[in-house]
Amino acid sequence: MSERLFYANQLAISRTLTRIENDRSVAREIIGSLEERDYHVVGITGSPGAGKSTLTDRLALLSSKEKRTAIIAIDPSSPFTGGAFLGDRIRMKSSTKSEEIFVRSMASRGKVGGLSPSIYDAVEFLGRSGFDRVFVETVGAGQSETDIENLADVVLLVLAPGLGDDVQTMKAGIMEIGDIFAVNKMDLPGASQLATRTGAILEMSGRELPIILTNSINGQGVEELHNLIEKALGELDISGAIEEKRRRRTLYNNLNSVYQIIKEDFSENAKLEELMNYLLENRRLSDES
Amino acid sequence: MKRVKVLVAKPGLDGHDRGAKVVAMALRDAGMEVIYTGLRQSADEVVKAALQEDVDIIGLSILSGAHMRICEKVLNLMKEKGIDEKPVFVGGIIPAEDALELKKMGILEVFGPGTPLKAIVDSIKGAVDK
Repeated sequence: MSERLFYANQLAISRTLTRIENDRSVAREIIGSLEERDYHVVGITGSPGAGKSTLTDRLALLSSKEKRTAIIAIDPSSPFTGGAFLGDRIRMKSSTKSEEIFVRSMASRGKVGGLSPSIYDAVEFLGRSGFDRVFVETVGAGQSETDIENLADVVLLVLAPGLGDDVQTMKAGIMEIGDIFAVNKMDLPGASQLATRTGAILEMSGRELPIILTNSINGQGVEELHNLIEKALGELDISGAIEEKRRRRTLYNNLNSVYQIIKEDFSENAKLEELMNYLLENRRLSDES
Repeated sequence: MKRVKVLVAKPGLDGHDRGAKVVAMALRDAGMEVIYTGLRQSADEVVKAALQEDVDIIGLSILSGAHMRICEKVLNLMKEKGIDEKPVFVGGIIPAEDALELKKMGILEVFGPGTPLKAIVDSIKGAVDK
């Protein structure tokens, strides 16, 4: 099937994504059968309730005017029952109505770090099927869900006022990732202070990154944010740094696959012990050298 | 790894989603992945969600009295989009004679007030295993 046709056929995309999500080796086969293609991944992360989904909805709509756009929104699976309540569509009123945008929810299925086990394959598949922009919204991130950094070309960190003082912004983890910061809910008290504090903290760590105030409900600041994302992606393309991002995405895709193989296929296998001993032994040797 | 995916949708104009949420939570606790659409969805939006999410089964919560019309629309659209193999169940205030009609129309099951959650979970598991 040609790339263009595949993009237009949402049913085919949707059914293929299910196969990718449920079987890793099938996923590899499917991706291998499609030609490589350049596309961009925009990651959106931040605390639960910061406004990620609503903001993603608006950004995707703006993006879809020029680019073929897809969204994957991840919500947590229960560590106890494996069940999940996926509620991102509720906030994505424009994108779910649009004929142009493909929206898919995914459960994290036991993966920590804010993503889901099959996310790398799902994103690569969408890119190769003809989408130019894939927005990936992580689970509500606490302090250490930073995996999105390895998947996305540009990461948007969404903050909202009222979730703690500036000690929170000094902690390691989530505040160390992000290429663009959005302080959402700008109509609430404390928003501009949060933006100032975040700027000060970033400056201390030598990272001067754009910080923008937004209101995802009425759309204030969103167009500017969209332009910042486009600009960041454009700069990656021009400088050639995008190639490094893509290389890293492939590397982490493979690493993720290895991890899943160990977890699912080798957890009760004698070979696992052999593999672990090999890795530990090599680690010791490389530490000594 | 395969998990049962269920769409819980609120088509039509009634604003009462407690029932839909209770059922969604029960399915979640039974280990299913539940996609909840939120209130006031058109038949179009419900079918589109089912298509994009590739769910195994669809649940419609309707308390407005417009169940006949809504179900007919949803089933027709599903056929049009090529996803009519997915079973559909309905929950809400549905008179017994309408429930019979709905089943004739192709609705798998109709759950009224007071249905034990376990009955809903078991019915969905049964339908998906087929």
